[in-house]
Amino acid sequence: MGITKRTGTAFATLVAGGVLLAGCAGGGGPSTGATSELTNDKVVIGVLNDQSGVYKDLSGPNSVEAVRMAIADYQEKYGDDAVASEIEVVTADHQNKPDVANTQAQAMYDRQNADIILDVPASSAALAVSTVAAEKQKLYINIGAATMELTGASCNKYTFHWAYNTQMLAKGATGLVEDGGETWSIVYPDYAFGQDMLKSFSEAVEGAGGTVNESIATPFPNDNFATFITKAQSTNPDVIGTMQAGGDLINFVKQFNQSGARDTTTLAVGLMFITDIHSLGVEEFAGTTFTDAWYWNYDDQNREWADRFMEITDTRPSFAHAANYSAAFQYLEAIQRAGTDDADAVVAELEGQKIDDVFLRNGEIRADHSVAHDTYLAKVKSPGDVKEEWDYEEIITTLPAAQAYAPVQESCSL
Amino acid sequence: MGGISVHPLETQENRDMEDFIQYTVQGLSAGGFYALAALGLAVIFGALGVVNFAHGACYMLGAVGAAVLLGTFNINFWAALVIIPLLMFGFGVLIERLLIQWLLRLDILYNFLLTFGLALLLVDLVKREYGVSGLPYEVPPGLEGLVTIGSVSIQKYQLFVFAFSVVICLAVWLLLTRTRVGMIVRAATEEPERTRALGINVGRWVTPIFGFGIALAGLAGVLAAPFRAITASMGSNFIIVLFAIVVIGGLGSILGAVVAGFLVGLVEAYGQAYAPSFSQLVIFILMAIVILVRPAGLFGRRQEAV
Repeated sequence: MGITKRTGTAFATLVAGGVLLAGCAGGGGPSTGATSELTNDKVVIGVLNDQSGVYKDLSGPNSVEAVRMAIADYQEKYGDDAVASEIEVVTADHQNKPDVANTQAQAMYDRQNADIILDVPASSAALAVSTVAAEKQKLYINIGAATMELTGASCNKYTFHWAYNTQMLAKGATGLVEDGGETWSIVYPDYAFGQDMLKSFSEAVEGAGGTVNESIATPFPNDNFATFITKAQSTNPDVIGTMQAGGDLINFVKQFNQSGARDTTTLAVGLMFITDIHSLGVEEFAGTTFTDAWYWNYDDQNREWADRFMEITDTRPSFAHAANYSAAFQYLEAIQRAGTDDADAVVAELEGQKIDDVFLRNGEIRADHSVAHDTYLAKVKSPGDVKEEWDYEEIITTLPAAQAYAPVQESCSL
Repeated sequence: MGGISVHPLETQENRDMEDFIQYTVQGLSAGGFYALAALGLAVIFGALGVVNFAHGACYMLGAVGAAVLLGTFNINFWAALVIIPLLMFGFGVLIERLLIQWLLRLDILYNFLLTFGLALLLVDLVKREYGVSGLPYEVPPGLEGLVTIGSVSIQKYQLFVFAFSVVICLAVWLLLTRTRVGMIVRAATEEPERTRALGINVGRWVTPIFGFGIALAGLAGVLAAPFRAITASMGSNFIIVLFAIVVIGGLGSILGAVVAGFLVGLVEAYGQAYAPSFSQLVIFILMAIVILVRPAGLFGRRQEAV
């Protein structure tokens, strides 16, 4: 009897060992038994963004670091219980070109076995990757691009839009109109992003009871704005709104300040990253208002995260960096809940999710896969009010998620 | 009319006229800047037969240099206006001695490709060191704000850039046409063999001329620092406009570069004002027309190859 019992136990041990061994053979690398729930036995996160061009500083390589921070936090939180027991990060430079983005995205999904692609600034490139994601039935969370198309007519089941969009940026205009900035001139670069921004801002201004006297298209890129600025001033508007971005924005603001327009007119910037303020200097931007998706020095939670970020990167995070962190972390959390990295299961976990983390406050993943969250109407500080490097913004008001984002787009059917 | 006109200045026609004058002034001041920036390109082509594609990158180095002088060493704009061209002259001499001179005897394309590669290298090195977002720079004290003349107000700094550019262009023109050095240089470029036969060492002048052209690019960069975004790629688009100017003016012609610089400045300003979406296109339409009607450019010498 005793012998039989012992033999039985030994047999059971043997079987269990065999099963474990089989698991390991398929896995390779540390295994917790949950490994078999992962496609290719690991989770591969691809970060596809501008690693060398105009958007490098506002996202770029430091977004990859932010994603790594998210992975470290996930691993610390779940330890041995982590469903995503092995996580790999792959990166590529899409040079802000849609054709390059398309090829890179295909390579990431097919050859590098990426389960998800993150970031992708430049709207045209973002839309290209969205198409690839739908074809491959793999996840894609956009952070860097502003276009409404991602969650509008071109939306699909696998694409999410995490951080901001043109309508949310335009909400800041509503506040300005209510504060007496009733007449506007809008200067915009004449390509998809600029046209999108013009539309969103015009709607916001007119919706709040203001009028757009003049909308002026400029070439892109462009470095001489003198005449455009004179033209924008010709109707004596209360506010001049510029939709230029990156280097063009800096050109515009420098020339705007020198034209003397600053004394009589409020300048509203459509899309501004903290890296823009840093590069031009706070004095040139002082008093400018804009909508921000996140600010590192807003509260203790943000600041703590920004300190960690600074230890690694030696700089302060833009909202795109924080959003990349948030998207990667919430993606891993969704895998944890689903118990698998299967794309359809993870999408199901993400949909409708309400999220509060360092980036998303009162965040909600909506039916069109846009993520609504609290946003901020910010004003650039005067040099005298700046207490430390990167301390550039004063948050005037927090716009609650429901106000900050327009209703879900009807043109989207997933 | 006959009736009493109340507030004559407020009529639409007056307003349009004021705007037109404003645009013209802006076009002229932009033109002066373009002329100065294109001058070095024309000098280098005229003297060496080198199409210097790195001119935009050298312009960028001038602006970045000014920003670094101010940011790191607290050296102001006026000093930079002297220091940067001197440094860029040295840089030009170095480049000519190390690289350009070896390809001078070969087809013009070789140096074109060399300088193109050089431009990419310089831009990426600056990106590596200073990132892509650009560097801050202020308008020098005393040149902020506006001057109002009649009903037209113009930025003091624009006015300064215009006056400064005109003075430099004039000085360069006088140097090349009215001095012995200038005559040697022109003789050396037009008739190298015959000049040599007269006992003049032609090769001796090639290196400083190249350095001089590069110094002019650097000078334009310093002038640009207060009113343009200072980024590694600021020269990449600018060089295209500069080439258009040099082609319109006639390759290698100093006077041509200056006249075409002003022309392009004006055309761009009117384009921006009256046909905004086409404002950059008009420059190239102008270039196409000039090439069709006068293939050698407005002031270019007729060349066999053309």
